[in-house]
Amino acid sequence: MSNLLQKYPNEVQAILAKYPAESKRSAVMPLLYLAQQDTVQETGRLQVTEAAMQDIAGLLDLDRTEVASIVGFYTLYYERGTSRYRIQVCTDLPCALRGADQFLEELCKRLNIKPGQTTADGLITVEPVMCLAACDKAPMFQLQSGNGLSYYENQTVDSAMALVDTLRSARSGMTDALNRGKVDGQRR
Amino acid sequence: MTENAASAIRVLRHWEIQGIEQLEIYRQHGGFEALEKAVTSLQPQQVVDIVKASGLRGRGGAGFPTGIKWSFIDSKNWPHYVVANADESEPGTFKDREILEYNPYQFLEGLAICAFAVGANAAYIYLRGEFWPIAASLDHQIAEMEAAGLLGDKLFGTDYSLRLYTHLGAGAYICGEETAMLESLEGKLGQPRLRPPFPPSFGLYGKPTIVNNVETLANVPLIIANGAEWYRQLGTEKSPGTKIFSLSGCVERPGNYELPLGTTFRELIFNLGGGIFNGKNIKAIMPAGASSSLIVATDEALDTPMDYESVPRLGAQLGSASMIIIDDSISISWLINKTVHFFRHESCGKCTPCREGTYWMSHLTERITQDHFSQEEVLLLKDVAGQIKGKCLCALGEFSIEAVLSGIDRFPQDFTE
Repeated sequence: MSNLLQKYPNEVQAILAKYPAESKRSAVMPLLYLAQQDTVQETGRLQVTEAAMQDIAGLLDLDRTEVASIVGFYTLYYERGTSRYRIQVCTDLPCALRGADQFLEELCKRLNIKPGQTTADGLITVEPVMCLAACDKAPMFQLQSGNGLSYYENQTVDSAMALVDTLRSARSGMTDALNRGKVDGQRR
Repeated sequence: MTENAASAIRVLRHWEIQGIEQLEIYRQHGGFEALEKAVTSLQPQQVVDIVKASGLRGRGGAGFPTGIKWSFIDSKNWPHYVVANADESEPGTFKDREILEYNPYQFLEGLAICAFAVGANAAYIYLRGEFWPIAASLDHQIAEMEAAGLLGDKLFGTDYSLRLYTHLGAGAYICGEETAMLESLEGKLGQPRLRPPFPPSFGLYGKPTIVNNVETLANVPLIIANGAEWYRQLGTEKSPGTKIFSLSGCVERPGNYELPLGTTFRELIFNLGGGIFNGKNIKAIMPAGASSSLIVATDEALDTPMDYESVPRLGAQLGSASMIIIDDSISISWLINKTVHFFRHESCGKCTPCREGTYWMSHLTERITQDHFSQEEVLLLKDVAGQIKGKCLCALGEFSIEAVLSGIDRFPQDFTE
């Protein structure tokens, strides 16, 4: 019996119902997200585990290797376990023209890490990423966590550090901070 | 849904109508009348003909006439699908996100009309994984439409049925390419297919499929409601209608601006955008995001209309109209290092010239941004770029060299020691 199906029967059925029965392979990406979220709940780490890949392969009549290739191809899945939170700063050209590189550098300095590294408490990784479609609101980043992704725009190092403090203090009941969603500074 | 012809706001209507992201308010402003009109009183072919007559062109970048694309759907092979491209990932592009967040029902209505026009009973919205909260909102909005009888079985008492589904990507620029998107939606690696066959004959699950950009679809309800002639009142003859210009980079007021096609660069950058920030001067324009050639920002260029025909006269493309503005403190060698780094990261790896070429270009651009480099390295960079040109299955390879070649040719002073 599939672990995912047992734990999340409604979610799994809803995902499978989106695609034609003969094309259930289409469900591989949403199921991987579900598995990754489940692992965060269980272990506090963002990860698609080997067991989850086997499980999803079984559900979709795929080979485990086919599922692993999807995990390897797309950047938002992690085969190796990572910190609970990832602060992903866009440093692509339009953001870089508005100070994103300096923002990333200073944020990392304040956290005593280098870009791509995880804080000493193991909670947060800060890394540069490719364009996030928020070029007019740089510096900006997205927070990836077990609850999905949310955008934080028009940021300063201080505002980003305030989020870090919230995440640290809310370690156990972190959902409040995340459900707040994106900080939208310039809605017209 | 009749609008004042003088208003240039047709898609970003939340600028004028507060709360339009709520179904009730969208309907108070004529929302879903176009869908009802299409489904109850028009034949699918008539819908296609109206969109064809409007001259609407695809807003994702290629500018292909939308109605003509719809007419290519293979009616001998069933079922049909529609896939909305909401994978917005081009550096400098952030227009679809604003539509999806603030005027989602107009997009959903356009998607539903497109599905009716091409005989699809199911349509997918492929969103980049980073748009996770938007997908959750869309799921909610789709449920509201079902509850209101605007989706589901026997729409408006006819035999037509339609269901919409969201599907999240997981971080891959390449999935914005339509055939890579279809592969991804099928649960495979997001790698482009050899074309032809094109999606209207061989698309999702091998079935005839129309792939349209979010902004393109958001234009459709007003065209059906008000007619092709009304639509053509704005824009130019060959580029009718309005376009959302995403303005970013070295300007005072970055953001999305919806303007008639044919508006000049100067109007967008200096009037609406407030000019260059920090008291600097304009140096270059990338009109189509990181995929763009660099335009030298001369007076003549600034007075050029932004439409699909005029921008190529400046040696660039309008593309998705993602205007990245570069000031005179920026070195073009630094800039191309940024764009090449992006394409190196996003190359899907399927075609050797792109996979290896972007890798080697990035080594060269890294060196050229250091203090000491030789002219031979600049020549080698041009050579590597030339070997990517025309040798890849999709446009990503081609995109990766536009800024490189135009940058070296048009800003040679930035490539000397």
